[in-house]
Amino acid sequence: MAQFNPTDIETHEFDVIVIGAGGAGLRAAIESLASGASTALICKSLLGKAHTVMAEGGIAAAMGNVYPDDNWKVHFRDTMRGGKFLNNWRMAQLHAQETPDRVLELEEWGAVFDRTEDGRILQRDFGGHRFARLAHVGDRTGLEMIRTLQQRAVSLGTNVFMECTILSLLQDDSGQVVGAMGYWRETGKFVVFKAKATILATGGIGKSWKVASNSWECTGDGHALAAWAGADLIDMEFIQFHPTGMVWPPSVRGILVTEGVRGDGGTLRNSDGKRFMFNYIPEMFRAETADTEEEADRWYNDKKNARRTPDLLPRDEVARAINSEIKAGRGSPHGGAFLDIYSRRTPEYIRRRLPSMYHQFKELAGVDITAEPMEVGPTCHYAMGGVRVDPDTTATTIPGLFACGEVAGGMHGSNRLGGNSLGDLLVFGRRAGSHAAQFATSASAPKASESQISQIAKEALEPLNREGGENPFDVLHNLQDTMQDLVGIIRKESELSEALSKLDELEERRKKAAAGGNIQYNTGWHHAIDLKAQLTVSKAAAMSALARKESRGGHTRDDYPARDDEGFGKINHVFRWNDGTATLDPETLPQMPPELAELFEEGTH
Amino acid sequence: MASNDQVTVELWRGDGKEGQFVEYKVDAMEGEVVLDVVHRIQATHANDLAVRWNCKAGKCGSCSAEINGKPSLMCMTRMSTFEPGTTITISPMKTFPVIKDLVTDVSFNYEVAKKVPSLKIAPPGEDGVRRMYQKDIDRLQEYRKCIECFLCQNVCHVIRDHEENKKAFAGPRFFLRFAEMAMHPLNTEDVRTAAKDEGGIGFCNITKCCTEVCPEHIKITDNAIIPMKERVADVHYDPIRWIGRKIRGKK
Repeated sequence: MAQFNPTDIETHEFDVIVIGAGGAGLRAAIESLASGASTALICKSLLGKAHTVMAEGGIAAAMGNVYPDDNWKVHFRDTMRGGKFLNNWRMAQLHAQETPDRVLELEEWGAVFDRTEDGRILQRDFGGHRFARLAHVGDRTGLEMIRTLQQRAVSLGTNVFMECTILSLLQDDSGQVVGAMGYWRETGKFVVFKAKATILATGGIGKSWKVASNSWECTGDGHALAAWAGADLIDMEFIQFHPTGMVWPPSVRGILVTEGVRGDGGTLRNSDGKRFMFNYIPEMFRAETADTEEEADRWYNDKKNARRTPDLLPRDEVARAINSEIKAGRGSPHGGAFLDIYSRRTPEYIRRRLPSMYHQFKELAGVDITAEPMEVGPTCHYAMGGVRVDPDTTATTIPGLFACGEVAGGMHGSNRLGGNSLGDLLVFGRRAGSHAAQFATSASAPKASESQISQIAKEALEPLNREGGENPFDVLHNLQDTMQDLVGIIRKESELSEALSKLDELEERRKKAAAGGNIQYNTGWHHAIDLKAQLTVSKAAAMSALARKESRGGHTRDDYPARDDEGFGKINHVFRWNDGTATLDPETLPQMPPELAELFEEGTH
Repeated sequence: MASNDQVTVELWRGDGKEGQFVEYKVDAMEGEVVLDVVHRIQATHANDLAVRWNCKAGKCGSCSAEINGKPSLMCMTRMSTFEPGTTITISPMKTFPVIKDLVTDVSFNYEVAKKVPSLKIAPPGEDGVRRMYQKDIDRLQEYRKCIECFLCQNVCHVIRDHEENKKAFAGPRFFLRFAEMAMHPLNTEDVRTAAKDEGGIGFCNITKCCTEVCPEHIKITDNAIIPMKERVADVHYDPIRWIGRKIRGKK
């Protein structure tokens, strides 16, 4: 029987700990160290394997290298419109203002971006962005970014704790967060990190859906850790279904196909060969979207005299359109839409611009994208909602706790534009590192409670000590089916209510899950533990989705198909977790100052 | 392979001390890769089976193993490449100590990474812009495709059968980094001595095993190691520079 010996626990102490080592966590750790704080970086996988590595298209930054007319105000406007005005305006502003510097900083640290003819950083077109704005490296920008940040963090001497899963935050009597407790995946032994300031940078929640682009790590740990500690989560109903995931063969269903395919000239077609996106241009984007194929194709090279192709509408619009075409019986043979670049660009161009897409389809699907169309369909990709933070400092509603990157909410409103996540990681990762280090200078020595530590250990060991319980993999697969079927791309009241009761049943089953085998690198045990966070976060998503009786961005209600700008359009949903009881409250959205509101007055809102 | 065929897998199970191949018979569906089958074994036969993976799309380099003896990524090896009815063996990478089952201790690579020097990029030009031209960075971008799967490290015979060499040899993955710094148009840090002394690039005798297993098809030997060896030779085996070093007393 696995037992916990409190006298034998490994303990570390730092000024700042960062949980998660994707783009946001790495950037936060670099800044925290540079600010003079002793810093630890803790991650579930090996360093450099986090989900950021899969980002493809690029980093949106108004550098104006390709279109000098671009500036932060245009980027800010695009971001707010893409998010259907539910974004925290201040986060969107800071993001648009600071991304160009963050990109140049990556170059100084060794990133090698694709170049313009005159030797500057090249920028590509992407959905919802008025100008070609994404700094990129082919279609493997995330790899470039994570490797650059990883090498920078290592060269600065960051303390890295790999393959370590955090179970819970630690809090003192006042509720202040004073570190975190976790276990080593390799040995199963517990470890305590005492810290004056703690940064959550744990990424997304997509692994609770069956068809998802996310890696196994995206189990919403940070969202749940924050909620359990009493922090607010906002906007959890908004889940981005990326329009283009692979659909065939079944084993690769959901793997991402970059928006860069459309940015570089690809177009969506239905089974009749028709470019159906022209039928799905919403009123809000009509004035700036091409309405003929001729104009759309001209736009790639002439932004002044032609309007953008509807293939590059924001992701929520494109995902719903593909979903509708499939439902109307105009899908591809394996239940997707066709994505065609082969008939529009030369093989050399495709291989140079999209090398990993070429490789991925060739190796995994036996499809040559320079000679035939891809089949694509929506895949669960990104959580817009997350931990509520102060826009300038990334401080959560609990003292000592900060959050940045995908785990933080607000920046993207109801729908994130492609290219805005990598910028988000850099801008708010840096801010988190800086403000956490600053907070640590005035915080007293962290005092963790021994009874809390014992309680965390006891609960974590339960699946190992239980005889003949449920297979954790079965509970996980049932959760993924539930979220896919009932809290998916199109939602309705009856299904969301059913999801909530199923989640309660799954929570009971989780508490009976048993992991056979010993404590060392035991995947069944790891899943049994991850499920706790997944179920809390899934409940937050389902509750928030049930309460929002409108359709907006990454939340589409079959029973409330319209946007309700005067009602739900003015509120955030705040999810809280009080000793196992979940509550949801509407709160008024922060209002942007007049000088920013003016940017939206010309043309359509 | 047709849909729902049953396959026989001989999977290495064990820890750092002992272990053996265990046979599993599981279904394999159309289009699946080896990692899918390993996950099915995990979900239905052996919940505690240890295996690393993240992206399942050949981008993160986590699921390296030896499949029928060939170092490969499990996520990029399709089941249809095997003859129906044959038994597939899957074992952990040989060069690194086993932690459990298919998971090995690859910390050697992370220790080497700490010793690789950092780039020092020149400041921007007078107009505030750092300029580099695409033709000058194509080669660097090839090196930077590396996903750190460590298959090249695993297969490199300088360390595969010679544990003792690990302390003086960085390995092919890190020769890419030295080469990258040497060829970066804006880098001001000379890494040629470090490549020789800390990296041990001289140990490599160009058998190209690393290039053969690279899932990103980086021509590690031809495009990185050989040009880097030439640069090291330029500085260390040039007679005039040699005399200069003798006079100044530098290595």
